[in-house]
Amino acid sequence: MRHKGKALAAAMAAGVLILAAGCSGNDSGNEAGSGPGGLSVPKIDKMATLGTGEGTVNVIAWAGYVEDGSTDPKVDWVSDFEKETGCKVNSKVAGTSDEMVSLMKTGEYDVVSASGDASLRLIYGGDVAPVNTDLIPNYKDVFEGLKNKQWNSVDGQPYGVPHGRGANLLMYRTDVVKPAPTSWAAVFDANSPYQGKITAYDSPIYIADAALYLMTTQPDLGIKNPYALDDTQFKAATDLLTAQNKMIGEYWSDYTKEVQAFKAGNSVLGTTWQVITNLAQADKAPVEAFLPNEGATGWSDTWMISSKSKHPNCAYMWMNHIISPKSNAAVAEWFGEAPANKLACQQTADKNFCATYHADDEAYYQKVWYWTTPIAQCLDGRTNVTCKDYSAWTQAWTTIKG
Amino acid sequence: MRSFLHRHPGVRLAGLLSAPLLWLVVAYLGALAVLLVSAFWAVNTFTGEVVREFSLQNFRTILTEDVYRNVTLRSVGVAAAVTVICVVLAVPMALYMAKVASPRSRHWLVIAILTPLWASYLVKAYAWRVLLANGGPVDWLLGGPGRGPGYGLFATIIVLSYLWLPYMILPIYAGLERLPDSLLEASADLGARGSRTFRAIVLPILVPSIFAGSIFTFSLSLGDYITVQIVGGKTQLIGNLVYANIGAANNLPFAAALAVIPVLIMVIYLVAVRRSGALEEL
Amino acid sequence: MTLSAWSRWGLRVFMALGLLFIYVPLLLILVNSFNGDRTFAWPPHDFTTRWWSAAWHNGGARDALWTSVKAGLGATAIALVLGTMVSFAVQRFKFFGRDTVSLLIILPIALPGIVTGIALDSAWRSVIEPLGLGKGLFSVIVGHATFCVVVVYNNVLARLRRTGTSLEEASADLGAAPGQTFRFVTFPMIRSALLAGGLLAFALSFDEIIVTTFTAGPGITTLPIWIFNNLFRPNQAPVVNVVAAVLIVLSVVPVWFAQRLAGPAAGASRT
Repeated sequence: MRHKGKALAAAMAAGVLILAAGCSGNDSGNEAGSGPGGLSVPKIDKMATLGTGEGTVNVIAWAGYVEDGSTDPKVDWVSDFEKETGCKVNSKVAGTSDEMVSLMKTGEYDVVSASGDASLRLIYGGDVAPVNTDLIPNYKDVFEGLKNKQWNSVDGQPYGVPHGRGANLLMYRTDVVKPAPTSWAAVFDANSPYQGKITAYDSPIYIADAALYLMTTQPDLGIKNPYALDDTQFKAATDLLTAQNKMIGEYWSDYTKEVQAFKAGNSVLGTTWQVITNLAQADKAPVEAFLPNEGATGWSDTWMISSKSKHPNCAYMWMNHIISPKSNAAVAEWFGEAPANKLACQQTADKNFCATYHADDEAYYQKVWYWTTPIAQCLDGRTNVTCKDYSAWTQAWTTIKG
Repeated sequence: MRSFLHRHPGVRLAGLLSAPLLWLVVAYLGALAVLLVSAFWAVNTFTGEVVREFSLQNFRTILTEDVYRNVTLRSVGVAAAVTVICVVLAVPMALYMAKVASPRSRHWLVIAILTPLWASYLVKAYAWRVLLANGGPVDWLLGGPGRGPGYGLFATIIVLSYLWLPYMILPIYAGLERLPDSLLEASADLGARGSRTFRAIVLPILVPSIFAGSIFTFSLSLGDYITVQIVGGKTQLIGNLVYANIGAANNLPFAAALAVIPVLIMVIYLVAVRRSGALEEL
Repeated sequence: MTLSAWSRWGLRVFMALGLLFIYVPLLLILVNSFNGDRTFAWPPHDFTTRWWSAAWHNGGARDALWTSVKAGLGATAIALVLGTMVSFAVQRFKFFGRDTVSLLIILPIALPGIVTGIALDSAWRSVIEPLGLGKGLFSVIVGHATFCVVVVYNNVLARLRRTGTSLEEASADLGAAPGQTFRFVTFPMIRSALLAGGLLAFALSFDEIIVTTFTAGPGITTLPIWIFNNLFRPNQAPVVNVVAAVLIVLSVVPVWFAQRLAGPAAGASRT
């Protein structure tokens, strides 16, 4: 559900970005910033030295990111932290990126596990502070492929610590789908023999999957970034999905539904997450999942600190703790995504965990386009056209489903 | 004091009505009004803020694009089908409970009908997902994998009927229970046949109760967006559209414009059934 | 009654089939709570009690249950007070707009939950939050109470219609103060109607998810929300089955008590 919320809630970045641009424009003259569409970030100082804990830290996180044993006594990476640092963790689970942003704006929270669509809004909105990574010893062990990315850093200045990542893969029933697919073409084939048994992710953000496929199959459309689509490109993507709708058995949005559908055979081919494949295989379903040759969409989250934090020392300690090898491994395994800390790979209960999730395989993640909010300012840097924003994506998704 | 109140029924009435009306009018109707007004606004695509300028654009989109008409018709069709199925199932069951079962077993039957209301709605919907799965119990009953209805519109109707059935049985049962047996006997003694008795005596009691139950089944089906996600395959209903626009796209004005559709349908429905006295039978 | 033996048998068979229809899915929930497969594969291949022990140790579920009980009791209490007041007003007085009141009361339950939900949500955020009261458990109670008023109202109204006012008049004539009349005459008359209405109100609130989704403040997890969050995680989904099975069994207790206290038809929507 959480991914759904996140993917779904990818809407509002556009506005805040522009708003921020307007404000900072007043502050710093007409100087163009380095963000998309020439935005610049509000100037906020990062913390210089780490002091003693304030006794409390207020956390906003996705479900499953902050577990204190109340779900399962064995799943607990909060109690140790509280004992070691004396910082009591008050966590709130947010359902959507929208909720995360509005909660961060209240100033009552110290840290947030922001996704790619929320993190930009928080940075350009001045709600989060740059992070002094010298104060976070575990930061040096984070995979290089996750550092200094568009959604967590500006001009080389990190605004948070990476938490983990994952890709949207293609899964199929090995006993039904023959020969084994190699490309997304399998799910977009209008004459597929698997009509009525194909599944797709139920969110407007899935339009990006179609755009990604068109990047290789119709290069003349000129799609450079699946989240930056102008009118022609957008129409091509939605036409592809409208045609695909006839082949779809059901759209999925939660894991239990997808695992059950593949086990029973209601679905035999479609998008998935690694964790879903693992669960289906653990329950002895004959399924395989892989990263098709066109690449795939995916996600990556970042822990960020509020610019108005009342407990900055505890917040820094939390950010260090949550990406420590042990905690990062525990979260990654519980949630089902690749950890951000390379040392976490030695701490996982399943010794093959990092291999399964391609945690250290940069070539693999090179092919992943992380979920980002589509906004009117084209994210690929074009300034001569307007791109479709997330509201347009949502309404198009409605029309595609019919 | 006492005589004052006695002489001024208006004061007593005001005392009784002010708190509930304040609650319903201010809290509820006020909230609804704000929502409906926002349907005429728009979201600025640049700032993401709601722009408070009157515009019919949202309604124009809804009225001109086929998809919204199709989804509306589909949703009303589902709600109507669910209501009809519930009536067909509920009337004989309620008749049995009220007029055939012994008072002792009547007791237990009411408990048996009420108990499922406490099992989570979501869990029940998921149980149906398992029942209807490829090769699941329903397929098996019908002769093998793929024989059952699978997921889709039909499954949605079945599951919604299942979920809301108790809300139909209870008012019909309550209505029939109030119908004195002596009245039926008198009708028979006076020479009326079973069908005549049914038409002349049972039906007038039954109709308002059925309408009362239908308010539940119809409106609960019309607004549902969760069951259809679980068993509806690729089907979408009007609730899904509202949810997608508010929960995901943060486009409150457009979601509000979409919400006007079920509101209108329900208000028309309520006004239509009010004549039958159904509103007093809930 | 004038039903022939045949139609009696027909109805009996129909009732049995109807109960089968109602109970087979519930039975499946119970069976699946022992199913070793995390996504309820059919037929079940392993028998396990580990979901039951996991549920027992699940603090989140207990907290959510407690939150739901608090929300349900709060909403029921408000609904009892408001619903009783309106039903007295409508039954004992004639006033302009009386018919509109009954329509108004029904509206919250007749309009789809998602409409009620987003209306309350946006109103709360734009009006009450600026006053310093964020969404929390209280906003859930407000949302639930709004649609629970109607069930209390209808139950009490039906009772008042049947009993009339002669007993209360007699009590007043004999010199009882209004408080005494209410306590010794009116209240005993409507007690079972209140019980029936209150029980249904509590049940409505207890299983409500759509309005709750929109009115719950961050961190407020009612049982349906907890179920919603956990059903979609295969590691947790079987535990949800256990919780549902327990709820079904436990629910017999309040329904049975209400029946004992209030006579055969209490617990139905009205008496």
